[in-house]
Amino acid sequence: MALMRITSPHAHGPQKTSWVMQQVLLATVPGLIVLTHFFGFGTLINVLWASILALAFEALALKLRKRPIGFYLGDYSALVTAVLLGIALPPYSPWWLITVGMASSILLAKHLYGGLGYNPFNPAMVGYVVLLISFPVQMTSWAPPRGAGELPGLMEALQACFTPGNYDGVTMATPLDVLKQNNSLLVEDLWQANPQFGRWAGVGWEWANIAFLAGGLWLLYQRIFTWHAPVAMLATLTLMAALFYDGGSSASGGSPLFHLLSGATMFGAFFIVTDPVSSAVSVRGRLIYGALIGILIYLIRVFGNYPDAVAFAVLIMNLAAPFIDQYTQPRTYGHVKSGGGD
Amino acid sequence: MRKLFDFHGGIHPPENKHQSVRTGIATAGIPDELVLPLAQHIGAPSAPLVEAGERVLKGQMLAEAAGTVSVPLHAPTSGTIIAIEERKIAHPSGHSAPCVVLRSDGKDEWVEHHPIADYKSTEKQQLLQCIRDAGIAGLGGAGFPTAVKLAVGPSKPIDTLIINGTECEPYITADDILMRERADAIIEGTLILAHILAPDKILIGVEDNKPEAYSTLQAAASGSAIEVVSFPTKYPSGGEKQLIEILTGKQVPSGGLPADIGIVCQNVGSAAAVHDAVILGQPLISRIVTVTGNAVREPQNFHALLGTPMHFLLEQAGYEADKNQRLIMGGPMMGFTVPSADVPIVKTTNCILAPTADELPVNPPPQPCIRCGMCAEACPASLLPQQLFWFAQGKEFEKAEQHNLFDCIECGACSYVCPSNIPLVQYYRAAKAEVIQLRQDAEKSEHSRLRFEARQARKEREAAEKEAKRAARKKAAEEKARLAAEAGSAEEDPIQAAIERAKAKKAAQVAGSANESQLEKLEKAVVTTRKRLDTATTKLEAARAEGADHADALQLGVDKTRAKLEAAEKALQDYQQANGTPQAAAADATDAAQAAIQKAMAARDAEANKSPQDKARDALAKLEARLAKSEARLQAGREAGEEEKIMIALEATVERLREKVAAARDQAQETEQC
Repeated sequence: MALMRITSPHAHGPQKTSWVMQQVLLATVPGLIVLTHFFGFGTLINVLWASILALAFEALALKLRKRPIGFYLGDYSALVTAVLLGIALPPYSPWWLITVGMASSILLAKHLYGGLGYNPFNPAMVGYVVLLISFPVQMTSWAPPRGAGELPGLMEALQACFTPGNYDGVTMATPLDVLKQNNSLLVEDLWQANPQFGRWAGVGWEWANIAFLAGGLWLLYQRIFTWHAPVAMLATLTLMAALFYDGGSSASGGSPLFHLLSGATMFGAFFIVTDPVSSAVSVRGRLIYGALIGILIYLIRVFGNYPDAVAFAVLIMNLAAPFIDQYTQPRTYGHVKSGGGD
Repeated sequence: MRKLFDFHGGIHPPENKHQSVRTGIATAGIPDELVLPLAQHIGAPSAPLVEAGERVLKGQMLAEAAGTVSVPLHAPTSGTIIAIEERKIAHPSGHSAPCVVLRSDGKDEWVEHHPIADYKSTEKQQLLQCIRDAGIAGLGGAGFPTAVKLAVGPSKPIDTLIINGTECEPYITADDILMRERADAIIEGTLILAHILAPDKILIGVEDNKPEAYSTLQAAASGSAIEVVSFPTKYPSGGEKQLIEILTGKQVPSGGLPADIGIVCQNVGSAAAVHDAVILGQPLISRIVTVTGNAVREPQNFHALLGTPMHFLLEQAGYEADKNQRLIMGGPMMGFTVPSADVPIVKTTNCILAPTADELPVNPPPQPCIRCGMCAEACPASLLPQQLFWFAQGKEFEKAEQHNLFDCIECGACSYVCPSNIPLVQYYRAAKAEVIQLRQDAEKSEHSRLRFEARQARKEREAAEKEAKRAARKKAAEEKARLAAEAGSAEEDPIQAAIERAKAKKAAQVAGSANESQLEKLEKAVVTTRKRLDTATTKLEAARAEGADHADALQLGVDKTRAKLEAAEKALQDYQQANGTPQAAAADATDAAQAAIQKAMAARDAEANKSPQDKARDALAKLEARLAKSEARLQAGREAGEEEKIMIALEATVERLREKVAAARDQAQETEQC
């Protein structure tokens, strides 16, 4: 037998891209359980339908691009996009909404740019923003959490998704929404007046955020990503909230704890901001990238027109990532200054 | 305890070192045929001293060092040289290279040894020569001539000598076992190196996965100035730059050498070889080689003669060729595959790794890079491998260089951790090679551009000179004709005539000045001035007769010309008095002409030898002189209150010269920058 000629290194570590993606999927499980507990089966059905669509669109795109379908489907990246978008969408979204969202994510944001690794924007967030701009009504109607109304059963949930005409769901403003619309009550009174605020940041929301935080910490432990971007994002969001808390007056932007446990904060910090493909690459770059996302989230939440802001903040910073990379090259061994710049 | 430092990144691949240290060093014996490549080190291949058919003794020099960065080669055993020819060697390219082939006679008969009894009272130069003559080149794997590394000038005082016993590559145990079994030789060799370099600190660095080697060395070093330092195991801590950072906290400047920061680093194997050369008088003819991998039944370390074919060692270790998929010289991280088991052991062969297909499986096809950044975390040089990959793939070499591509040490840590199985190091190697190629091409084309431009400039200048001469001749002819015609007609504008004459004079001067002697010039000046005085007087009379209103001006001109004539006549007289008779002056004139010709020829030769910078500079100086002259003339004209037309002409000349000077200055600057 002839000896093989291969260049070094000959040894390879155990890491696989598919393993990385599987860990991300696994880490969403606590959050999914909490969301299902508080808001019913809506999110689970979102995720399942989105996953089926993601695989179909991915296979279609690969076929059109004449790439080996099985090989690329095996990297699980399409499934990750589907799960992330499914979680981000309001529960009980109609099937066509999810379909449009997944088509935007997989075909527009991912494969038009060259597929996995080449997309400048986070695909799930592109899908989300396309839907938010095109269908604001459907995208801003959240189901009331357990306790504030009756939760639909599994059959009703399926109906809501696949025969949306026959489904007449109840919706309720999210805590972020209520706080934004408030212009007369002190924060304390607002809490009293609205049962959905819960203990810190909204019934269901606070626990969902804690669950996503737990998933994120698991990923951190597994060294799927580094702490820099999420911690920077949470830190600046906290700082902004503290600066504009205003002692809980009627003009208050909400407390830091409220912002940390509301809306998509933890989900965004550990599952969206950490997307390596569309973020900055160096340690310093990721700190800056995360910090600016945190500031943008607060500004859009409190001073903007949309109730939640993770998607917009992330997309804007995706745009800035190459620029940040240019100026945050680390100092190479044996060099006096860090490189980059001109 | 010495304060230790950490370096960025690094990985912890499975060590797989225990397999080959279960037994001590085995002696491989003498194979029938030894193949000794002339290039076993970094630098120029050594030059053969022997011929086919010659009998040589063990330790006899077979080839001498060719140049400074080179080492000689010695016979590992006694026998007959059967050929000096191209043989397959262990090299990443898989190419053949010139080798001395030695058939052993089994007698293993030594040449006479010349040890240095007391190295402490021996000159540093003599010790360096001894190390060089022993053919020692870095045994750690790079193969850089040891004596060259030790010969640091007095401008770079060495403050720390580091002996590298790290051996961070998985599988390899050659240094480990050497430290266990020959600690005394290593310590002695280290002291010799220290005697040469006179450092303040002498450190031996050992990873903490070799406790036995560490304690043996420490025992051997007790009582000496040598400090044996143990530090946490992490690949690639044995890289010279990384080890220096671990032990001193200093970083070797990019593109620089450890000596720049007062450090010299040597491998433990090299230290032992220095001991053998100085104390025993034995050249480097053998080394320790680890033979390991699951495709050998008894992994172990061999004491093998250089030139021993790999299969000779593999067979002794129980090689199962059918299980072996690739044969690697070196370790699994930085080693390279060899084309066959026939290639010989060289000075840098620390390990022969024969893995099975399960042990080191071939990588599956790469997936796209998701920029996860695991490579950047693992990179010991603090590079951004994912960005370098992006630039290498897109052939954006400028950006790759800006991201310090050339600081990559090719340790393979990035490829090891890449979850997408991208052969990153391969991309960097290719990119480096391409950048080097591009640099060479650019240099070549720049060279030919300069040559082309110089040639073009010369041609243009020649053409311009020709044209100027032609124009001058034409003008002179025209002027002559005009003067002849003018003699009768006094009607012509006197100012115009004056300008024309001045031009003609200048043109004539330009045309003829080269061959004109001083005397001729003076005579000519007298003649022309007289002629001008005559014409002017004629004109003045004519004008007076007509009662023209410019008669006064003409009177002034006549007076001036008369004064000039007197001055010219006086100058001629002075000259003639100073230079003797007119006959002698004529002889002088021929001599002067001869001299002028010679001068012109010399000037031409000088011109041809001048660099473009000098040429541009000279052109600029000439133009500046001309400008100064014209400006002076303009100034004089102004003071004398010359007529408007003349002033305009003079101003135009000055302006034109200024432009030319500016252009020439640009040109000079440009050439200087090139």
